[in-house]
Amino acid sequence: MAQHKIRVKVQGSEREAEVESRLLLVHFLREVLGLTGTHIGCDTTHCGACTVLLDGVPVKSCTVLAVQADGREVTTVEGLEKDGKLHPIQEGFWQEHGLQCGFCTPGMLMTSYALLQHNPDPGEAEIRQAISGNLCRCTGYVNIVKAVRYAAGKLRAAEV
Amino acid sequence: MIPAAFDYHAPRTLDEAVGLLERHGDDAKVLSGGQSLLPLLKLRLGAAGHLVDIGRIPGLEYVEERDGWLAIGGRTRESALEHSDLIRGKYPLLADTTAVIADPLVRNLATVGGNLAHGDPANDHPAAMMALGAQVVATGPRGTRTIAIDDFFLGLFQTALEPDEILTEIRVPQPPPRSGGAYRKLERKVGDFATAAAAVQVTLGTGGKVERVGIALTNAGATPIRAAAAERFLTGKKPTAEAIAEAASLAAAAASPTADRRGSVEYKRAVARVLTVRALERAVERAKES
Repeated sequence: MAQHKIRVKVQGSEREAEVESRLLLVHFLREVLGLTGTHIGCDTTHCGACTVLLDGVPVKSCTVLAVQADGREVTTVEGLEKDGKLHPIQEGFWQEHGLQCGFCTPGMLMTSYALLQHNPDPGEAEIRQAISGNLCRCTGYVNIVKAVRYAAGKLRAAEV
Repeated sequence: MIPAAFDYHAPRTLDEAVGLLERHGDDAKVLSGGQSLLPLLKLRLGAAGHLVDIGRIPGLEYVEERDGWLAIGGRTRESALEHSDLIRGKYPLLADTTAVIADPLVRNLATVGGNLAHGDPANDHPAAMMALGAQVVATGPRGTRTIAIDDFFLGLFQTALEPDEILTEIRVPQPPPRSGGAYRKLERKVGDFATAAAAVQVTLGTGGKVERVGIALTNAGATPIRAAAAERFLTGKKPTAEAIAEAASLAAAAASPTADRRGSVEYKRAVARVLTVRALERAVERAKES
């Protein structure tokens, strides 16, 4: 079957691999690159556990081919932490108990991170709308919303 | 889940893409946003020997007005449509529609052309484009042709596109003054297909009477359903509560939904009627405001 040589910038560094046409981005990240922070939940484009940023935009990596990411940039949950310090969005989920089992958390983090990139002060309705493609079966979303608000405040304070 | 093996092609020009489709015929599928096609291949409900990714062809993503039309590039992402000021300001039916397609993450990849070309009557743009009286532009080895939206949907997952044609543009007539539209959808949860949905585009004339109205239903049959009897009934009348109720009953009568986990035939028809009332009311309000 057809193989393709792809180059993908993952958390800013170039990664090269030979992949089959049908390899999904999520399998490329987990199995080829060993980045298992990105989870496979429903595998049917519903739950959002596999959310990563593709050229800065949050997408469901179970519904993208690895070859489609050739020449593009991918950020996974592993890319949030910098120099051993949690990103404010991660800190927010910790402080506000934005998770219980933690399975949806990588996807929630990536979607919320992207939201805060273009909306530094989202209200509850905006947050709920933004994460409506990410399912959480534990928290009832209340603490997730609080966590995103916490991160938003922290990021705004850091800018002043 | 892993799709059956296929070959992936990433042409850089439309000509190259059309050439690939011509060469591989029925064995090839166009990959646009992939948010319907890839799940289908993963579930192995469909198969293709070749995927022709049109995502690397420049010039297929735009939303602009020209020559009396709103032109939407076939590969325009739903999220781009959703955030377009032009759409929000002047095409409320499309703004309503794009905001309820799947979920925000899917809309970051899903495309307007794909939503139509997939030929799924449960998709939301087909009924919306029908209510708007849109045209679809197809590009193939024999050049470019336009297809009226009423001639586009032939059956379940069947469209007028030939296997070697690509949906490159959607054209929507620019609405005259005192026009408005609305899309009203009932879904069990975000990301679900519609239990039923109604798309309405209305233009008011002298004395506040309905000059033109387009009404179409989502997930109410093998194709999007144009509620022609309802349109005829309402045209030339004042959109009073009584007239709207009667038009909605006529629209519901045109629906032929199938029973599934979303409800019985009777329930879905009732939902279609209620949503048609709400879409008509909102469209008329917006027409008066415009």
